[in-house]
Amino acid sequence: MDAASVIPTLRAKDYKSDVVPVWCPGCGHFGVLSAVTKALAYLKLPKERVALISGIGCSARLPAYVGAYGFHGVHGRALPLAAGLKAARPDLTVLVAGGDGDGFSIGGNHFLHACRRNMDMAYIVMDNEVYGMTKGQASPTTRPDWAKSKLTPHGTGIRPFQPAAIALAAGASFIARGYSGDPGGLTRLISEAIEHPGFGFLHVLSPCRTFRPEQSDWKHQVHRSDKGPTDDPAEAAHSIQADDGMTLGLLYARRLPVWQPDNRATATTADLEGAFVV
Amino acid sequence: MPAVTGVATEADARYLDRGPSHRPRRAREAARKSLRSLRLCGFNCRTAICTDWRLGMCHRPSLTGGAALAITGAGGSGAVTAGLILLAAVGRAGHYALMGRSAGPQIRGGESVAMLRFAPRPVECMGDRLDLLVGLDWENVGRFSDELPLDETSLILTDDQAVPVPEILARSGARVRSLPLKVLAEAQPDGRVNMIAIGAVGALLGLPLAALESGARVILADKDDRIIETSVACIRVGHASIGGSQAPPVGMPTPPARWNISGNEAAGLGALRGGVRFVAAYPITPASEMLEWLAPRLERLGGSLLQAEDELASINMLIGSSFGGVPALTATSGPGLSLMVEGIGLAVASETPVVVVDVQRGGPSTGIPTKSEQSDLNLAVYGLHGDAPHLVLAPTGIADCAFTVQWAVGLAEQLQTAAIVLSDQALGQSRAILDPPADPAVVRSDRQPPTRMIADSPGPDYQRYRPSDSGLSSMTLPGVPGGMYTADGLEHGANGVPSSRAVDHAEQLDKRLRKLTAFDYGGEWAEIRGKGDCLLLTWGSSAGPVFEAAERLSASGRPTRAIALRLIAPLQRQALLTELGSVGPILVVEQNQGAQLFCYLHAQRVLPPHARSYARPGPLLLRPAEILRALEEEA
Repeated sequence: MDAASVIPTLRAKDYKSDVVPVWCPGCGHFGVLSAVTKALAYLKLPKERVALISGIGCSARLPAYVGAYGFHGVHGRALPLAAGLKAARPDLTVLVAGGDGDGFSIGGNHFLHACRRNMDMAYIVMDNEVYGMTKGQASPTTRPDWAKSKLTPHGTGIRPFQPAAIALAAGASFIARGYSGDPGGLTRLISEAIEHPGFGFLHVLSPCRTFRPEQSDWKHQVHRSDKGPTDDPAEAAHSIQADDGMTLGLLYARRLPVWQPDNRATATTADLEGAFVV
Repeated sequence: MPAVTGVATEADARYLDRGPSHRPRRAREAARKSLRSLRLCGFNCRTAICTDWRLGMCHRPSLTGGAALAITGAGGSGAVTAGLILLAAVGRAGHYALMGRSAGPQIRGGESVAMLRFAPRPVECMGDRLDLLVGLDWENVGRFSDELPLDETSLILTDDQAVPVPEILARSGARVRSLPLKVLAEAQPDGRVNMIAIGAVGALLGLPLAALESGARVILADKDDRIIETSVACIRVGHASIGGSQAPPVGMPTPPARWNISGNEAAGLGALRGGVRFVAAYPITPASEMLEWLAPRLERLGGSLLQAEDELASINMLIGSSFGGVPALTATSGPGLSLMVEGIGLAVASETPVVVVDVQRGGPSTGIPTKSEQSDLNLAVYGLHGDAPHLVLAPTGIADCAFTVQWAVGLAEQLQTAAIVLSDQALGQSRAILDPPADPAVVRSDRQPPTRMIADSPGPDYQRYRPSDSGLSSMTLPGVPGGMYTADGLEHGANGVPSSRAVDHAEQLDKRLRKLTAFDYGGEWAEIRGKGDCLLLTWGSSAGPVFEAAERLSASGRPTRAIALRLIAPLQRQALLTELGSVGPILVVEQNQGAQLFCYLHAQRVLPPHARSYARPGPLLLRPAEILRALEEEA
């Protein structure tokens, strides 16, 4: 009897914690939470070997709802916290969860550098084109003419941030888009992002029922990619730029060097001290 | 207070007594006699016998008492290299020494000055004046003139082909001696003026040629052989140019094993000794050398250094590493600390140990990146939003950078919180020849080891933030079954689940405060020297000149105590009150405009009303004599 057969297989619900989500009824993030637990069950990852890291926002509450180790940090800094954890503990499966404000606005710089650093982790961004936790302000991905926020009553007048194109330009090695209303597809993409050796960026369209009720129409707008993923950045650049932003699936994947320090010691502190002797 | 004139010279005589054993008794007697007529001015000053008519030094430094010199030159002139070689040489000759540097803002090509003071006893500050100033050239020296305290007994060494010594220096009345430095250098293939000067200075000071040569070989070790041999040849020429040694040989026949180390390196060593195996950082002057020292060494110890995209990232990377169980530290300066403050608050709230070393520089804003100031105390103590008790420490000298950083790492780990260590440019970028900093007895049999409390096999009722008498609760690390929790910057209950309930907030606030206030920090909270009812109270790099000032006062018959706080927060209020029990004069000395420590101590209600502040901004180094003057003015 091998070791694997004695480990009880966990089902998706076993990965859920008993904390009740703060999300509004109908929030897209419920679908993402469900898909995360299904992916962890599918990959048969022991709960204690998984760490979910997040910043601030509705979506950033996700780690508390999963029964793994988690860290709910400060706004915009989930990726650096995850990088420090992965550098120190390469044995862990590290997932980062957040929203469009956390990841592309306050944390935008970290997003660029996480893409190019290419550490082995998955980054799930739940994009609803709005700041929900602060009650409905425009986010970096909001259309310029969206005028429902009191903060920008005439709309932002700024063209939206293009997550997939920017990830590609920043050197990401895995770019995918999912939809919270597509549990099967999303579970598969999350699993692939985790299994991808390097930084797996997963852009998830996750509607905000409260502040962007019109996003319920996304279920009619999303569509699957009519071709498979490419590993050619030039081709990916073209298809991502030409895309309507509603194409689901793996858009680009390429094997690129993964940054991970070698944690083997070859000396002791005392060995280093000899160099100071006059 | 009693007049200081002529009194502290006894202290000087004591240093002479500790001089090399081969120095003739008669010379010691003569030196001691000459001291009696001299004004209080420090242990390296105007103490000696004129023998060298060729150099026109009427008051040559007593070499057994050490000397203070500076070498200045344009960018690329090698002034700092010359300082480093002389530092290594005096170390080989058996002296203690301190070498500081000052540079302009230029990336390359800027003028710089190396300052070196050596003595047969530990040197903890730059003293009051220079015995010798060497000008490799005089380009832009005006930018440093206020950092070069010359007087009529100082000697200026200049190149005979150089422009006249600038008026701003010459008006000190210092004697000037010119040497054909450039001509001698040009006579050597690829000869360099700075190496000729090293030889000449070494001969003047009585440093053995062998010490100068081996100093050069060590400092230039990464250069190719041809450059090393050319340099050594120039040093010989310089040494011979003034007729070889102009003083009895300085030093000891068999120098004891000492270290040549900078404050930034010592801080790095303290980090490694404390168990830090992850560093994330963003380069910043004057902290970068600490990071550069750490990077390859962490790798050898199985750790790593991650160059982050900014300081917001680096502090959060530390939190990630520490959450994973690997002790983590970063080094930065004021602007970086400002950016890290939110992250430090997260470490406090989530009870994740991290250490931030702030190598302070002149502020506010970008300030004076290359020069020292102690003006980040307020930020370190008060910068965090909310009630966020954390640790603030300050090393009291270069060697103490190793101790204090190691202690800070241990405390942060034990207390599961953030520690900020306030070093500064004057400590970090100075080098010293000193006795090896002992691996401190932080681990003592009567104390808990400085490691964090970890639950290896948490039971079913495990709660990450369970309140306790000590305020401490055990932490589980990812990978441990049954210990899963979500660390959070949101207020939380004992189980870590976010909570905005008043009862949870009060309970967790109390827990986080209690673990810091209930802890026994032992006797390391301050470095206390001397006895007496006159008290100098200080912190950080001001401790060096304060210790010397207190020693001079005590030697002059006015017993003076010096207290340098090593643990600034939480303030060891009761211990400090006990120390302050006497009613004598109290002067709080620090290098900032706002009297930040003085105000903090008043806020903590420890200072009696008669306590006075001596606070002035950087970048000029605090000198013992100005502290004595300040005390005199207060009296």
